[in-house]
Amino acid sequence: MEKQSSTRVLLFSSLRDFMRRSIFCILMAGPIPNHIAFIMDGNRRFAKKRHMVVGDGHKAGFESLITILNYCYQLGVKYVTVYAFSIENFKRKPEEVQQLMDLMVDKIDELLEGSFLSKYGIRLYFIGNLGLLGERVRLAAEKAMKATAGNSRAVLLICVAYTSYDEIVHAVEESCREKLNCTEQITESFNSPTENGHCLDEYGGKKLTQKENGYMSHSLEEFRESHSCEIEEATSLVCNGGTERSGDARLILRTSDITEDREKCPVIKLVDIERHMYMAVAPDPDILIRSSGETRLSNFLLWQTTFSPLSSPAVLWPEIGLWQLAWAVLGYQRNYSYIQKKRKQA
Amino acid sequence: MLRLSLPISTRLSPSPREKQDDASPGGLPYAHSSPLAGKPRLPSLLLPGLMPRHVAVIMDGNARWALRRGLPPSAGHEAGVRSLRHLLHLCSHWGIPVLTVFAFSSDNWYRPKAEVDFLMSLFERVIRTELDNFARDGVKICVIGDSSKLPSSLQKAIAYAEESTIRNSRVQLIVAISYSGKYDIVQSCRSIAQKVKDGVLQVEDIDEKLVEQELETSCSKYPYPDLLIRTSGELRVSNFLLWQLAYAELFFAQALWPDFGEAELVEALVSYQQRHRRYGTRSS
Repeated sequence: MEKQSSTRVLLFSSLRDFMRRSIFCILMAGPIPNHIAFIMDGNRRFAKKRHMVVGDGHKAGFESLITILNYCYQLGVKYVTVYAFSIENFKRKPEEVQQLMDLMVDKIDELLEGSFLSKYGIRLYFIGNLGLLGERVRLAAEKAMKATAGNSRAVLLICVAYTSYDEIVHAVEESCREKLNCTEQITESFNSPTENGHCLDEYGGKKLTQKENGYMSHSLEEFRESHSCEIEEATSLVCNGGTERSGDARLILRTSDITEDREKCPVIKLVDIERHMYMAVAPDPDILIRSSGETRLSNFLLWQTTFSPLSSPAVLWPEIGLWQLAWAVLGYQRNYSYIQKKRKQA
Repeated sequence: MLRLSLPISTRLSPSPREKQDDASPGGLPYAHSSPLAGKPRLPSLLLPGLMPRHVAVIMDGNARWALRRGLPPSAGHEAGVRSLRHLLHLCSHWGIPVLTVFAFSSDNWYRPKAEVDFLMSLFERVIRTELDNFARDGVKICVIGDSSKLPSSLQKAIAYAEESTIRNSRVQLIVAISYSGKYDIVQSCRSIAQKVKDGVLQVEDIDEKLVEQELETSCSKYPYPDLLIRTSGELRVSNFLLWQLAYAELFFAQALWPDFGEAELVEALVSYQQRHRRYGTRSS
């Protein structure tokens, strides 16, 4: 009897593995997404459904996460981002928040001690305003990022203390700060005292020369590189006792040019903001999957998912499986060429 | 049962109103041939207290609608205008104070020049000819997007329409032309950067509220949509109202935009009213 039962279990397991491999083969016939993002919604409803405490629902959610990560990395997805904890979630009951923080620390330690990360060569990133986290969680996160910094085959981005609003505001702040610094640098180098009145004799040199009689001399390449400004090359002017430098690639600016540069340097562009996003370490997601059937973004990756197909399977997060993932990947493959075209245009 | 996304309108066949020009969209009888006649009553399926304050629509599918009928894309866009008129009329009478529509994305400039030129002239024509209807329905129009790329005649028409409808208060129609959500945030950032440079603000003062104030949708009393509807079955946001959609409920309708009528709107609103909105907290 027992032998029959164990035979049935083995048979079922073999059948399940065969089906999984078949699904992978089908999916791998088309383009595989490079980056999938998940909103892990439904842990609490799962716990309620199974008459469990809320904490056990979150633990079941973690097990489900590992299962999905296995599928993703086996399929060839390189980047996976998960929405673990929103800044808005701090408004929940303190006990639940504390439970989640404790769970996070325990699971980080478990991951670092286990073999899952090394099996796939996963590099961990914790994305968000980590300063809002308690010290214990923040230190655990930093330790995990440092321990996996050498991994490069796959990436797992865990959004914690994150909202897109916070990320965008941070990027706006940094962009403004960068612009302000640039403006101040121009002002400083213009106002610095004149030394001996000679231009530094550095063709393509590394330093800005001092002001002389209202002129500044720069290595053109260095100036453009450091300031990212679009400036017109002025006609070469007198420097160093009035001798015109001909055949020299130096850019000699008049005082008025400096003022103009200060005014228009640098104009904040879309790439500047993108550069300062927390998620700049990864490309934009190719698919966004939200479990539990809710169709909203909940302040998650608003900037990065502008062209991402959205999938919202009705299953709760602890119940999500290969079927839902496969369905989302098939949807991505169906729209692949259109999305690639839109991304190039953008 | 596996569901890809919830909820999706199952309507796939052309609307009856294509065949019966005298009937109203959705088949309900109207006194006159125009779907804008009379005051449409709120269907009993919908609860007045749970109506969204701001509905946003990505009007997708005009070209496909025309292709299916062997017509040029321009015919699809003209049909799309009729859908928009009807939707605006319904919003005006069903107590939805703000309607935002994605008329032309910044990515749409890559379309063939003939189509782009047609769309620009269509926008201008519609804005000019609808002014009387706006006055009758109490519509205040506001156009958002990078207007510098628009023809000057369209810019003038927009400015005139905004000025002449500024005192209307029944429903605000926000039309996004040459708009992208990312562009909106970049221009907000530039405004903030200018204020920092001018010493009006410190970098440390920059917060969510400041970014929100500088977005183009700050022209509205309710800048954040409660419900986003995208037609034609496409399941993405496509760079529309990026910041503003953080907590919006998303509804993906299968119907192509020219086929989107009262029945489809009711379905979207019923779906919206059944949802639980938690904003990251817990409902209990």
